[in-house]
Amino acid sequence: MTDRMTITLAINGQSHKLEVEPRVTLLDALREHLYLTGTKKGCDQGQCGACTVHVDGARVLACLTLAAQVEGQTITTIEGLAGEDGALHPVQAAFLAQDAFQCGYCTPGQIMSAVACIREGHASSDDEIREYMAGNLCRCGAYPHIVEAVRLAAETVR
Amino acid sequence: MKAFTYMRAGTLEEARHQAFLATSHLLAGGTTLLDLAKCGVVAPERVVDISHLPGLATIEVDDAGAAIGALAKMSHVAEDDGIRARFPAVAQALMLAASAQIRNMATIAGNLMQRTRCGYFRDPATFADCNKRRPGSGCAAIGGVNRNHAVLGTSDACIATYPGDLAVALVAFDAQVHLGDRTIGADDFFLLPGHTPEREHAIEAGEIITKITVPASPAAARSAYLKVRDRQSYEFAAASVAVGLELEADGHTIRDLRIALGGIATKPWRARAVEDALRGRTLDRANVHAGSLRAMEGAIAHADNRYKIDLTPRVITRAILSVGGLA
Repeated sequence: MTDRMTITLAINGQSHKLEVEPRVTLLDALREHLYLTGTKKGCDQGQCGACTVHVDGARVLACLTLAAQVEGQTITTIEGLAGEDGALHPVQAAFLAQDAFQCGYCTPGQIMSAVACIREGHASSDDEIREYMAGNLCRCGAYPHIVEAVRLAAETVR
Repeated sequence: MKAFTYMRAGTLEEARHQAFLATSHLLAGGTTLLDLAKCGVVAPERVVDISHLPGLATIEVDDAGAAIGALAKMSHVAEDDGIRARFPAVAQALMLAASAQIRNMATIAGNLMQRTRCGYFRDPATFADCNKRRPGSGCAAIGGVNRNHAVLGTSDACIATYPGDLAVALVAFDAQVHLGDRTIGADDFFLLPGHTPEREHAIEAGEIITKITVPASPAAARSAYLKVRDRQSYEFAAASVAVGLELEADGHTIRDLRIALGGIATKPWRARAVEDALRGRTLDRANVHAGSLRAMEGAIAHADNRYKIDLTPRVITRAILSVGGLA
């Protein structure tokens, strides 16, 4: 058994203290230790984007981030997107309105990526959305509706 | 991923001390290290997190050139106004690499340290033989599926392609890699496989990249990065080229030309034969086409990658003509 370490993570506005092995990724810390299972494990190798979360506001892959590495930084997951009253974030609402998913497994990652994509100013055309959302794969092939949802959400957020 | 211990380096000195140990691996963005640890290619006993070291993420651009801190993120460098204005090929190489998420994680120095995407190298559970992983064990790619493998710079020991984009642009514009006490040209930082494919970078134990500098030049300011690949985005290059062009005052004679290639060689590949063939010549289609063919001198194809020998000169030609305003 390796040494375990106690770390404190700031997730969705709440402080969480947890004891983990140093090799535990942020993805496994979220899902297996904190039971925040909205963030999905797809490839677990940085190739699919299903595990996309925000660290200090930037979209990153939780599967290639050590939990210990982001101690002291601000983490937002799909669970932290809706308002406290349950009101959906405009991107979540747009995904629903545009039916931008089939099986839904990639959707939390798509939505987290889209929120950042819009905030970065990279959602001004369909081509730009396709390019800047390229790190999120959808094996169902719901891409046309995803692009539509991101474009409409970008117009709403603006 | 095997168990390891974790320490967060507080100072560069502390990190250097750790970097002397073969069992310690430095962690910056994590996109290479954790990926390869999951593949079973690397098994660090200790991971030394240098991502929080202060003062190493600055980007400075002036008339003399650019100085990019080792820990600057790919996305920040790609979006930097000074880099985009004076080194468009560098900005474009970064933008066309990886995904938005990975560009937010990966650092500039870590990018230089990334390893090959050779499927045999990355899969030790299935393929025991790999001279890069286990020196002397053999190469499964030679005689295997090698569509994405290199045609230039190969050896009998290894044909793995250098996968990156940024370094291709850096090599084209004579960037320098700063290792603290010494500085090395980007071209010399990357090593040919030869008989020692396990050694990919001219970096010694205890050394850490602190910054990368790129001298300003007219060719760097008039430059572009063209990347051709199997899918439109989030894919490694089938063939790519960084091109920089400076014309004489007559507007059509080539004064300076920089060409470096990616996706086809075992290291970022400066195509000096193309540069030499075209310098002093008139910028026109016939000259550029003929000059671009020189890039493939000495190329060796294996079973599945002969297409790169046809593709690469076309990519070079298109890039030069495009930068020259002729395409």
